[in-house]
Amino acid sequence: MIEQLTTLLWTMTKITMIVLPVTIGVAYFTYFERKVLGYMHSRRGPNRIGPLGLLQPFADVFKMLFKEVIVPTNANKFLFLLAPLLSLAPALAAWAVVPFDDWLVLADIDAGLLMILALTSLGVYGILLGGWASNSKYALLGGLRAAAQTVSYEIAMGFALVGVIVLSGTLNLTAIVEAQAGNIFTWYWLPLLPLFVIYFVSGVAETNRAPFDVAEGESEIVAGFHVEYSGAGFAVFFLAEYANMILVSAIAALLFMGGWLSPFAGIPVVGETILGEGGVHWFLLKTVVFCFLFLWFRATFPRYRYDQIMRLGWKVFIPITIVWIMVAGVFRVMGWFGG
Amino acid sequence: MSEIRNFTMNFGPQHPAAHGVLRLILELDGETVVRADPHVGLLHRATEKLAESKPFNHSIGYMDRLDYVSMMCSEHAYVMAIEKLLNIEAPERALWIRTMFDEITRILNHLMWIGSNALDLGAMAVFLYAFRERESLLDVYEAVSGTRMHATYYRPGGVYRDLPEEMPKLAESPWRKGKDLERMNEWRQGSMLDFIEAFTDDFFDRVDDYETLLTDNRIWKQRTVGIGAVNPDRALQLGFTGPMLRGCGVEWDQRKKQPYAKYREVDFDIPVGTNGDCYDRYLVRVEEMRQSARIIKQCIAWLRENPGPVIVRNFKVAPPTREEMKDDMEALIHHFKLFTEGYCVPEGETYASVEAPKGEFGCYLVSDGANKPFRVHLRAPGYAHLSSMNEMAKGHMLADIAALIATQDIVFGEIDR
Repeated sequence: MIEQLTTLLWTMTKITMIVLPVTIGVAYFTYFERKVLGYMHSRRGPNRIGPLGLLQPFADVFKMLFKEVIVPTNANKFLFLLAPLLSLAPALAAWAVVPFDDWLVLADIDAGLLMILALTSLGVYGILLGGWASNSKYALLGGLRAAAQTVSYEIAMGFALVGVIVLSGTLNLTAIVEAQAGNIFTWYWLPLLPLFVIYFVSGVAETNRAPFDVAEGESEIVAGFHVEYSGAGFAVFFLAEYANMILVSAIAALLFMGGWLSPFAGIPVVGETILGEGGVHWFLLKTVVFCFLFLWFRATFPRYRYDQIMRLGWKVFIPITIVWIMVAGVFRVMGWFGG
Repeated sequence: MSEIRNFTMNFGPQHPAAHGVLRLILELDGETVVRADPHVGLLHRATEKLAESKPFNHSIGYMDRLDYVSMMCSEHAYVMAIEKLLNIEAPERALWIRTMFDEITRILNHLMWIGSNALDLGAMAVFLYAFRERESLLDVYEAVSGTRMHATYYRPGGVYRDLPEEMPKLAESPWRKGKDLERMNEWRQGSMLDFIEAFTDDFFDRVDDYETLLTDNRIWKQRTVGIGAVNPDRALQLGFTGPMLRGCGVEWDQRKKQPYAKYREVDFDIPVGTNGDCYDRYLVRVEEMRQSARIIKQCIAWLRENPGPVIVRNFKVAPPTREEMKDDMEALIHHFKLFTEGYCVPEGETYASVEAPKGEFGCYLVSDGANKPFRVHLRAPGYAHLSSMNEMAKGHMLADIAALIATQDIVFGEIDR
């Protein structure tokens, strides 16, 4: 009995040690977003609460939590309240298999990549149900758009990951990173450059971020699937969206940019100093760079139209990925990269 | 199986892309628009009726409130109509000032348009950049008239006052101090004309900036090319004017075809489009901003060289100066009479129109010889544009509605009047 309890407690502690930093990361990601957008738009971003506005995320969280949760008339109350949780749970659960360093991973399972694919696809149910259960026309349109978009980009994203699996020969994320070891040019971004780009763009589309934010589509369908949400439900949708963004960035860093490996490794002189050693800081740095790209897109690009997104996904991305999987296979057979 | 019906949706009046209080009832087949039915009237303030119940000179301020992003152009039409009936002519300097401010207003309006058009299609940056530039021009408005928007600067017989010799400087604040403040005040060291000149010199680069963000952007082109295309004949039938008509390739610009103020003496080009779609209208308006800056530069050059009166010295129409009132009985009486009962306008009717940034803004005025107009009718360009919404929207998708509203540059102040 005692033994089981300690196991349970230890597991809970480990979960907290991942979920808490991710949540705080999300909070500061919103701050980072507003600051980055602000400076890109020649304004200042939040600067009133705390020094440099650093306490702004907490002010936002408290505001959201203390607001009334309004359930629209004739909405399906159960699904309406369940939907935000449905989108948040997979976004957090996927972190279980993300290796932060070669020893720092909660569940070092062999099918890690498959697990991530499975969990990130679950997130769309939250959006779809949220849009449908709201009993609002805008929300319904938003939900439909989100579902169609996520499903079609899932395919391109999956195919992009197949290229990685072909080269590394494994589904275990730690092993995939280790297969990239060498120097910056043995990381998979080079041999799989088209897949890398497609993966990241699909990631942007999958998380419904600008320029693919038609599910929210502020100027068309107001706020899309979460138009009827207020207070905590709205906050949870936001949490899920940002957690997913960080997750997509982290996976991009792991699969294509060598995870915790140092970009200086393998270079004479510099590579032999402390800069050449891998570590969790490199992984975080790479993730932040990808997160920054999300914000940069949002600051500059106009929004795609719904049918144009579909065309891009089905007619451009999927054919390119299929071709490049073949190319990756050739690389593998010839033994040019990894393997 | 139950009958399948189209989806009816309210687009506005509370909608982030409805540009004010537009209520559009959309009939959607999936995401495709089958019918778009604009409902107007939510901002109706009976401006025309109000103007009929007040002396002529009391209603100038109402004109600012019609199209509240191109304020002075609406004033211009009204003031010109009164001048026509009174048969007076503003002094030359006043006409040059009006020409300059009409163009400043055009830039103001087009900046607002490019910002909101980009924002409606999801590009946020342009919006804030455009508002940064607008701020400088609104400061010009404020320096010359005392208010940032509703200027009431044009008066029958001229303009309210001459351009200030000194441009007001920005004051220090916790967010604007030291080097930043110095940089922001750099243009403001001299007269107002110096400030406007510095702005226009810089403005060409700013327009280039907007263009780098939009013109060749693939997403921008996908969202605008071929959207809401109107052929020139149909555009004329629908009563299009301004950039909406020029985007279709009809070279119609009142500043060239029926010149007023000093447009005959300035050198500028009329940009026209070819396909009449949102993208062409975008290009036309962007080029118009450059042409406006060109006109402003010519006005500045003339205004620098030629000082003079800016309003007629006819105390029946224009007030005497404060100094004159202090020691001249006649002047005091004139001032009192002018601001209480106004002036009687000879019997007759007239129509005066200007090329407002959105199109032809006209004022039809009937006087029965009293001090109030018998009838005022205002021709707002946006009304004709909005009534073509159904035709333009049919067959496009929901997201294109936002693009169409933006390209029509709708402002409800003038449509509902």
